[in-house]
Amino acid sequence: MAVDSRSTSTVATEEAPASKGVTRSRGMSFYGVALRMPYWVFTGALALIFLAPLLWTAVASFSPHAGTNQTDGWGFGNYETLTNYQAGVWRYLANSAFVSLLCTALTLVISFFGGYAFARFRFPGKNALFLLTLAILMVPYATLLIPLYVLLNEVGLENSLVGVALVLTMFQLPFSTFLMRISFEAVPRELDEAATVDGCSSFGALWRVLLPAVKPGLVTVGLFAFLAAWNDFFAPLILINDTEKMTLPLAVSNLRGQVQGVVDYGATEAGVVVLALPCMVLFLLLQRHYVRGFMSGALKG
Amino acid sequence: MTVKAPRPRGRNALLGWLYATPTAVFVVALFLIPLGLVVKMSLSKWPLLTGDQGVNAPENFDKAVNHRFFTDSVIFTVKYTVLATVLLLVLGLGLALLVQESSRWNNLLRASFLIPSALGLASASLLFYVFYSPYASPLKPLMDSWGFTFLGSPNAALFSTTFLIVWRYAGFYMVLMLVGLQGIPADVFEAARSDGATRWQTFWRVTLPLLRPTLALTTVLCVTGSLLAFEQFYILTKGGPDNSTITVVQLIYSVAFQGQNDLGVAAAISVIVLIALVVINALQLRAFRSEES
Repeated sequence: MAVDSRSTSTVATEEAPASKGVTRSRGMSFYGVALRMPYWVFTGALALIFLAPLLWTAVASFSPHAGTNQTDGWGFGNYETLTNYQAGVWRYLANSAFVSLLCTALTLVISFFGGYAFARFRFPGKNALFLLTLAILMVPYATLLIPLYVLLNEVGLENSLVGVALVLTMFQLPFSTFLMRISFEAVPRELDEAATVDGCSSFGALWRVLLPAVKPGLVTVGLFAFLAAWNDFFAPLILINDTEKMTLPLAVSNLRGQVQGVVDYGATEAGVVVLALPCMVLFLLLQRHYVRGFMSGALKG
Repeated sequence: MTVKAPRPRGRNALLGWLYATPTAVFVVALFLIPLGLVVKMSLSKWPLLTGDQGVNAPENFDKAVNHRFFTDSVIFTVKYTVLATVLLLVLGLGLALLVQESSRWNNLLRASFLIPSALGLASASLLFYVFYSPYASPLKPLMDSWGFTFLGSPNAALFSTTFLIVWRYAGFYMVLMLVGLQGIPADVFEAARSDGATRWQTFWRVTLPLLRPTLALTTVLCVTGSLLAFEQFYILTKGGPDNSTITVVQLIYSVAFQGQNDLGVAAAISVIVLIALVVINALQLRAFRSEES
């Protein structure tokens, strides 16, 4: 993917001043506003299509509906169903949080050291290892999960949340190693060389000088690892078969059709809201990182 | 990549390996060994409960190809892939062109298009499972008066699922297209304008050709993702109605864990999918490269 890297790297800096000029000149004239009206209506409607299903679910999870635990008036009935479902929503939330945090921590540590190794050192097998890491992207999820199911059983990690976190970390490695490598490569070499000359060990230079410099990369990697692990469905579906140990997506999916095949749509909506909430909060807080992660990384290399 | 190493070479290499060790351990233990094992499984009799029962090649591949849903699932997966890829690329590019200029309104639009991408695919599928249901859907009056259901017929199920995927991923592809668009130098457009090119001509003759690397990346991503579709169909349609929406990955899952419980045959299908994917991606990259020259 040889995109012109000179121009992509300037994107972030160019954007801000350009936007101010455009809005100001447009806001001035009355005719400008009238001409832009159809554009605003069209794009506004388009945005609504993307937002409506989310808003509807949030509202519907509180609204009364026959066949749910919230039959008259508005309230938290559907969330009560969710709390009392099998091992309880708190249990599933804890399971999901455990898997997501462990996966995030492992991904951060491995890609931080790995990115440093690939960016700053020359060692035999370096290119082979880097290409192998990227090759994980080429192999279908299902192709790896079938043997992983057998392997994890063999080493006593059957039906284990740690096993799920390990597997999800492996699936994160191509993106995170790649991003950390280019993050380290973007830091001027003089910086850590100066630190080593001043008597820092390579680890000291990495910890004190380079860590602050690659922090944006780490935030992006961590955010993606957390979201991927939080939302993952296929790995726990195959690797977990105990209701006590299910993660939240699996539990909400199983929630449908519990009572004699009748689907409790209200509880499902509540489950979707609980699943979506952390994603939305993280997305809104870190939107800039999210987009910049693509901007700096996605197309270079 | 070739920069002079300031430290002695041997020690440098050793340190490099030390920092790369965690990566190597994960890649070997959770990627290379499973990859070898799946090949071995595909060549062995391997029921879910009893494990390895010895080599039986090529029986698994024979059973896989002759599975009663194999051909149907391949055809359906390809159909879905073409539909999803065309829609996502066209819409991704369209949205990117729409919000390309940076303004406060456009930033708001970008965020709205991108928000569904933060949602997990399973959560999005569950959301639309309720949204499409004939009982709880807000579109229930529409379904009643037109006499159809979103997941009732094979075609309706395919289009409804594709809509879910477009809703979930369009913003993501928009961002990738935006990155590509912003990589095109502004003076190229200036030059086209001063030569009297219309907007349409500029788009076809300037924007699209210069966007080729981005188009290659997004096509490969989208085709790969769609060929491996699972969650959306597993949650929304369960392969129905009348087994019309079974994808290849769903077939692998059901052969391995639902009823048949034959990991050997499932591994055989997995190996076929892996080889097909590598070939398809190689062909795509070659096609994009040869167009370039």
